[in-house]
Amino acid sequence: MRFLVSISRRDGLADPEGATTARALRDLGYDEVGDVHFGRTILVEVSGDDVDTARSRIDEMCRRLLANPVIEDFTIEALP
Amino acid sequence: MSRVAVALFPGTNCEQDVVYALDLLGAEADLVWHRETDLSGAAGIVLPGGFAHGDYLRTGAIARFSPIMQEVERFAVAGRPVLGICNGFQILCEAGLLPGALVANRDLRFICRPVHVRVETTGSVLTRHAEVGAVLRIPLNSYEGNYVAPPQELDSLERTGRVVLRYVDERGEATGSPNGSANRIAAITNATGNVAGVMPHPERAVEDVLGSADGRVLLESFVASLQPVPA
Repeated sequence: MRFLVSISRRDGLADPEGATTARALRDLGYDEVGDVHFGRTILVEVSGDDVDTARSRIDEMCRRLLANPVIEDFTIEALP
Repeated sequence: MSRVAVALFPGTNCEQDVVYALDLLGAEADLVWHRETDLSGAAGIVLPGGFAHGDYLRTGAIARFSPIMQEVERFAVAGRPVLGICNGFQILCEAGLLPGALVANRDLRFICRPVHVRVETTGSVLTRHAEVGAVLRIPLNSYEGNYVAPPQELDSLERTGRVVLRYVDERGEATGSPNGSANRIAAITNATGNVAGVMPHPERAVEDVLGSADGRVLLESFVASLQPVPA
């Protein structure tokens, strides 16, 4: 099974890459751009056939290592 | 004489500077590989700067699971001195031994230059022998030196006097933060004052020939905090 973990900076915390990129987009004329949030995606492949178990294990991996819960939020998406 | 364990992770690169500075100040330092699990002979621990485990994932994220970190945590809980410098500060935050985190500098540039910091409290192993209000000139050398923490955590740090050093200009005035750090924070400590994290490098400012000896008082404070280890 394959899961896509998306990690981004929590709202309200400094995100220098996001702020700089938002400015650059507006400079290019995209006036509709508000906040831009940077993050990373991690593709995790795991063995097993129970999606719920796998998802809960990956949730634990995110809390322990893949994300820093102090400054980051994450979502987990099962890929076909 | 009290011995200091200087942790060496794959990618650490400031360990010799720390050993040199500690030696200069009369402490004996031992380089200790990150897989070591027994530091019972040490009176204190320093996590030096560098790029532990390549800074992969996030700075300090992998390093916090290195075997030596169990000893770091044990020292932290036991009230023994633990100091993280630069990457070491990032590791202590990732390990949850200090609050908050360090992210990319506001201007997305690596900063490598002397900065001025003001001593905010003497209630830490980093500043015990310093004077509140003293302005020190110390090299900053980091890309992820921008301290962030949730608002309630920042409030708590301020309320309990755990901000140890703050970025200022050469006159000691609060004119801005070189890297965007929240509340211009350059160093913080834990609730008991025995665990401290500092972003600039005091070990690179211990002799006039280095351009500044202002870091001396900080490392002297750390050395003075070491208690002899019971045999």
